[in-house]
Amino acid sequence: MTLLNVEALDCRYGLLQAVRSVSLRVEAGETVALIGANGAGKTTLLRAVAGAHRPHSGRVVFDGVDITRLPAHRRVALGIALVPEGRRLFPSLTVEENLRVAASRRRRGPWNVQSVLEVFPMLQQRRRRPAASLSGGEQQAVAIGRALMSNPRLLLLDEVSLGLAPIVVDAVYRSLAGIISEGSTVLLVEQDLTRALRVAGRVVCLLEGRVVLEEAAGGLDRDRVVNAYFGLRRPA
Amino acid sequence: MTLLNAALQGVFLGAFYAVLACGLSIMFGVMRIINLAHGDIAVLGAYVVFVIVEHAGVSAFIAFAAALPVMVVLGYVLQITLLERSLKAGILTPLLATFGLSIVIQNLLQLAFSPDVQSLGGSAGALTTSSWQLAGGLSVSALGLVVLVVAVLVFGALQLFLARTRIGWMMRATAEDADAAELVGINSRSVYAWATAMAVAIAALGGFFLAIRSVFDPVSGPTQLIFAFEAVVIGGMGSLWGTLLGGIALGVAQTLGAQVHPQFAVMAGHLLFLIVLIVRFGGGRAVLRAAR
Repeated sequence: MTLLNVEALDCRYGLLQAVRSVSLRVEAGETVALIGANGAGKTTLLRAVAGAHRPHSGRVVFDGVDITRLPAHRRVALGIALVPEGRRLFPSLTVEENLRVAASRRRRGPWNVQSVLEVFPMLQQRRRRPAASLSGGEQQAVAIGRALMSNPRLLLLDEVSLGLAPIVVDAVYRSLAGIISEGSTVLLVEQDLTRALRVAGRVVCLLEGRVVLEEAAGGLDRDRVVNAYFGLRRPA
Repeated sequence: MTLLNAALQGVFLGAFYAVLACGLSIMFGVMRIINLAHGDIAVLGAYVVFVIVEHAGVSAFIAFAAALPVMVVLGYVLQITLLERSLKAGILTPLLATFGLSIVIQNLLQLAFSPDVQSLGGSAGALTTSSWQLAGGLSVSALGLVVLVVAVLVFGALQLFLARTRIGWMMRATAEDADAAELVGINSRSVYAWATAMAVAIAALGGFFLAIRSVFDPVSGPTQLIFAFEAVVIGGMGSLWGTLLGGIALGVAQTLGAQVHPQFAVMAGHLLFLIVLIVRFGGGRAVLRAAR
């Protein structure tokens, strides 16, 4: 079943065209990694799917419903949650408040404050501390937990490893593997190719706003990805 | 002892300024809107109470309770019609829009009620006239005490609301990052509209206190705005308890200034405001450099 269907999406910032006629399908239960160089349009694409960026043209269809014109908060109710780049926690709210404030449009499902704290045990001690006082890794855990609070059917992760120490990234991905194995559908942006290939079933590579490569992660050889990533041999 | 009594009266006066400033502080804290029509909205609230008193013949307090829902609706509509649109056009546009709104409200009030001075003191019962003389020449007026208690209750309730309730968290989350708030399912438009509704309702409370403790006319708004604005800045922009303390500091400065000379009261408040601006916002070095 196709959960997310992006059709010929165009996104612009004024005159700058960040996403050019991108079409993308994500099947239910699948984990797809979006890769590409800086400025390839990955973040914009995710934000357009989440409703934080209004596309210039094209359609975003979620579970058969056209959501292109729906504001972000209504998409959360439908089951789309984005962990934004840079975490974007509410700094003066405590960890627990950050989680609970995200539950206003929660769907029914396994995620609540308790189960999020079980997946990220390092937050247990911190639950009454303001988010601003947390380390980068802890903040990223809160950001992922906050997105899970709505019990999303589609989880969008934008560079969850950015600015974190490798050992912390390992911990975050270990928790993610658990979340993914429970059958969530995930679309993630990741700069670290090895990690992306390890966690995802399929890889989509963007170059200058266009899809240049789309393939199952298993049979993919690194050279082809690198070529697509840097645009060394552009497909005709 | 007269100094001590003057300071006490300043606390009562300052509580009134704090109530006036509260809505201004909410709107700046949540939406970064500096509402230049805030004083006029307070005066508009006083006129709504005035109209109800004139037509229904009820006491001013009952009339205020009836006016409150009207002001809540007015605030909500003001946000989704005028302020929301102006917010999209950048930080300066709300300033211009509310400046224009201020002129519109003043002129509509002139048109409807003439420039005559009004007061609701007469319809507020014995509260406006009773007072107690304490030992040492201290005088406590019933109205002053009521305003102080209500001010503390309003600020306390707001603080509890923001710190303890989920809607309060939603308001703080939206204030800190509206974009991220949308992404976790918060309808930021609705949060903004409720914040403005609250601000306008509390402004009406300020206007009501103005009307029962002294007099008002269609152009009373800007003066109230200046005192409210000074209270917000003295207390630190966007901080609630700070606004309460800022209002009281302004009131005390004014009544102590009046001890020096009756004409000096308002000036003393302005001086306190200027000193706070210079000390807190780093103007001190500039002043020193200019003096050298």
